[in-house]
Amino acid sequence: MNILDYVKNYITFLDGGMGTLLQSAGLKPGEKPELWNITNPEVIQKIHCDYFDAGSNIVVTNTFGANTLKFSEEELEKIIFAAVENARIAKEKSVSAKEKFIALDIGPLGKLLKPLGDMDFETAVSIFAQTVKIGVSAGVDLIFIETMTDSLETKAALLAAKENTTLPVFVSNAYGEDSKLMTGASPEAMVYMLEGMGADAIGLNCSYGPKEMSETAKRIVNAASIPVLFKPNAGLPEEIDGKTVFNVSPMDFATQVREAVKNGVRIIGGCCGTTPEYIKALNDLIADVIPLPVEKKDTTAVTSYTKAVVFDSKPILIGERINPTGKKRFKQALIENDIDYILQEGINQQDKGVDILDVNVGLPDIDEKEMLKTAVFELQAVSDLPLQIDTSDVSAMESALRIYNGKAMINSVNGKQESMDAVFPLVKKYGGVVVALTLDENGIPETAEERYKIAEKIVKTAESYGIEKKNIIFDTLAMTVSADPNAANATLKSLNMIKNKLGCKTSLGVSNVSFGLPNRDYITSTFFALALSNGLDAAIMNPYSFDMMKTYRAYCALTANDENFAEYIEFCENTEEITATAATTKAKTTDDASSELQKAIIHGRKEQAAEMTKELLKTTPPLDIVNNDIIPALNKVGKDFENKITYLPGLLMSAEASKFAFEQIKQAITSSGATSNKNCTVVIATVKGDIHDIGKNIVKLLLENYNFNVIDLGKDVTPEVIIEAAISSNAKAVALSALMTTTVGAMADTIALLKEKNIPCKTIVGGAVLTEEYAKKIGADKYAKDAMEAVRYCNSID
Amino acid sequence: MNTGVVYVKKYHGVEIERREIKRYMCAGGAGEDIDCIIDECLKETEKSGVFNYTVCYRLYNCTAREKICNFGFSEIASSDLSKNLSNCEKALVFAATCGIGIDRLVSKYNRISPVKALCMQAIGTEHAEKLCDKFEDDIKKELAENGYITKPRFSPGYGDLPIELQTDIFRELQCTAKAGITLNENLLMTPTKSVTAIIGIKKEEI
Repeated sequence: MNILDYVKNYITFLDGGMGTLLQSAGLKPGEKPELWNITNPEVIQKIHCDYFDAGSNIVVTNTFGANTLKFSEEELEKIIFAAVENARIAKEKSVSAKEKFIALDIGPLGKLLKPLGDMDFETAVSIFAQTVKIGVSAGVDLIFIETMTDSLETKAALLAAKENTTLPVFVSNAYGEDSKLMTGASPEAMVYMLEGMGADAIGLNCSYGPKEMSETAKRIVNAASIPVLFKPNAGLPEEIDGKTVFNVSPMDFATQVREAVKNGVRIIGGCCGTTPEYIKALNDLIADVIPLPVEKKDTTAVTSYTKAVVFDSKPILIGERINPTGKKRFKQALIENDIDYILQEGINQQDKGVDILDVNVGLPDIDEKEMLKTAVFELQAVSDLPLQIDTSDVSAMESALRIYNGKAMINSVNGKQESMDAVFPLVKKYGGVVVALTLDENGIPETAEERYKIAEKIVKTAESYGIEKKNIIFDTLAMTVSADPNAANATLKSLNMIKNKLGCKTSLGVSNVSFGLPNRDYITSTFFALALSNGLDAAIMNPYSFDMMKTYRAYCALTANDENFAEYIEFCENTEEITATAATTKAKTTDDASSELQKAIIHGRKEQAAEMTKELLKTTPPLDIVNNDIIPALNKVGKDFENKITYLPGLLMSAEASKFAFEQIKQAITSSGATSNKNCTVVIATVKGDIHDIGKNIVKLLLENYNFNVIDLGKDVTPEVIIEAAISSNAKAVALSALMTTTVGAMADTIALLKEKNIPCKTIVGGAVLTEEYAKKIGADKYAKDAMEAVRYCNSID
Repeated sequence: MNTGVVYVKKYHGVEIERREIKRYMCAGGAGEDIDCIIDECLKETEKSGVFNYTVCYRLYNCTAREKICNFGFSEIASSDLSKNLSNCEKALVFAATCGIGIDRLVSKYNRISPVKALCMQAIGTEHAEKLCDKFEDDIKKELAENGYITKPRFSPGYGDLPIELQTDIFRELQCTAKAGITLNENLLMTPTKSVTAIIGIKKEEI
């Protein structure tokens, strides 16, 4: 019998702990347990056999840490084959009459994935893949991924399994007592992501005893549409007479797990501290419990690395601002590879209250695939909002989906066969909620009925790809009403039909409707209200639009989607603040504005610096403002810093204030069509192995203030990448930062490589562990003890 | 407490000092306008889920002779540690972490506001120090009941205590499994607001 068929009909028993049993058998601290498959096979076989005899249906191989980080490829193959063989021998020897299965056990790599750690996602996938491939050839019945504490690593393991076998895959995470994974994911976020990727059963193991873990188990059962597994520890370890003893007895353990089964869990076992006695107790107490049927949930949800956003009665706001269309400044940022600009835009929209961020970086002048991947990678490191991957380039869509930490929203697919054939396989493989446009090979239909027909076709085709209706969200295309007065009617009617007749969720990019008319916001926001009352579930919109947010907050208040009207009231309070501030800002004379700007920079007041710059731009050429106000103010702060009148925080606040001022200058220059003339180029990086970058970022900020073209390579950068950037950008200087005694060597390597390749640029080094001496020793041209020194030096070589 | 067992202790909060945050921010003598920044950052760090404090620790019998300390798992050549552990018959080795949440905030602000990144860093460092202080206090109390006193904590990288000791500590304390701390090949810990240290223990002189 196939394990999935078994699970469908019976409570399924996993095994118990292995580690403690091996320790009692003589496993020494520091010794790798996986090696015992080869050195002490009888011990392993006995443990597996004892579990089978006690009533386990599934025994997991002794391969928890079996991967190429810990073993050579040759060893790995021997270990896994031996492990599977041991389980097979145990299966044959066992006297149990139950169905028996062997699962390949896969534990975490012990390394944290980027961007928090230093392990690359694809590297993790290939390491897991190697283990999976060997296990599959050795002949297991299923894959068991367990004790994962990070959502991204879990994804890497599941992907590796799904890409290398059609065997069933069970996935289990280790949650903390706050019901979250170590890197923050909630149970719901994990359920939706893992289900989306095709896991066959999911759940939790390790951490605590059954009682402490029952709440988390319940949440997983409530969210999941697939069987749930539960493999807790035998309580908590305690010290009794010098020995570690787990504080929950087999009987109590079984009683507590029984409760979880009554709440819907179907696959049960034990983790640390449990023994065959525990499994026997489970078997005795639970074997006769009739399992609750697995309820299929109709939930439409997307997730980020921490949370799930569910499409329910409260409409979802999708921020549209990360999109170059019609935005000169944004286009410029993309061409300059100014990722910080994109991130700032994302965070600003988050502060305005959007639920999801649309990410569109489609521009012919750039490599969209690379940029989209980078944007998604960077955004998900600074924001916990789910993202909508917005592109018509299928290859870009795939590479972004692959590294997405969660279940993404995908924009978009449409009724053309070609589109569905390209996009649906991606949705099936990586999971996601896909926005489907109601257009096809014949274009955009005029009537609601025709759009509805396309929607029906899309649902049917999706089904053939194994994609459920709940993961499709229909966009009935808000066309410009000034071009076709009936446009809004058609959109709204088809929206209503799809929501109520077809039973699918709906979304719209509302802004389009008002194109060409004056006071666009009036039209857009009213259309928004109409769409909401016709069943709109999500809108791609501009969160900075007062009229849009007003409509949204009022709608939520009117439809019981705003508890105690808290959000509406907060919105009103913020509105009053804004109008009050606007009223008190009087027109300033040029001289006033000039000295106010300098003061704002000197005192580090960002908003005021931006305001004053805007004011000055009405009367003064941009470059004059830079040379007469911004730079002199910066110079004063720099001098004060060197003279210890101002300290580092003050320096930074001033630098940020000038950055805000510069942003206004940039916008003015861009909209006039001119290009700004920059100083020379400086390449800056934190060297290989080091991920400290605050110092580097301070230097970068100051250099930018002084109009240098800074190419920031980030952290943990190899010498080769630095050299390449220096050559291709014709850099005058390379600035290197390192903070640890163990990484300073990489600095020496980088400088040596620069010299070897005869690259004519100066080298500046900085970082806490560096000294003038060491800098000289490794051949650096300048040792900068602080950010200002670095800037002064760069100015001198220009 | 017994040797041979890795204990795990979770904490739910530590008290921090504002002036220490300013010190870590290199704010110097002048107070400046950074109080606003510190308030905004503190508000964000006080949200639930940002800090997740865990300490894992283990007791060892140790000897400290001249310049060599021996813990059973390793012979460490360090005259500074030797001095710190003089007359100590036992030592407690621990790894403490504040969790990954603060690293996320530092990362985020590194991209959009270096002054806030500096502040978040400082807040994280202060939490880590106070977590170690709290843990040390708890250990002191527990050991005092049996007539032991403790020496000030001493971390790898201090003085001439080699940082390479981290690898041994990570293995002995199973830091990754017990406290979610990883060590990269350059001996950098993640989460970054983590500390490993040795506390010497000796019998109280009567």
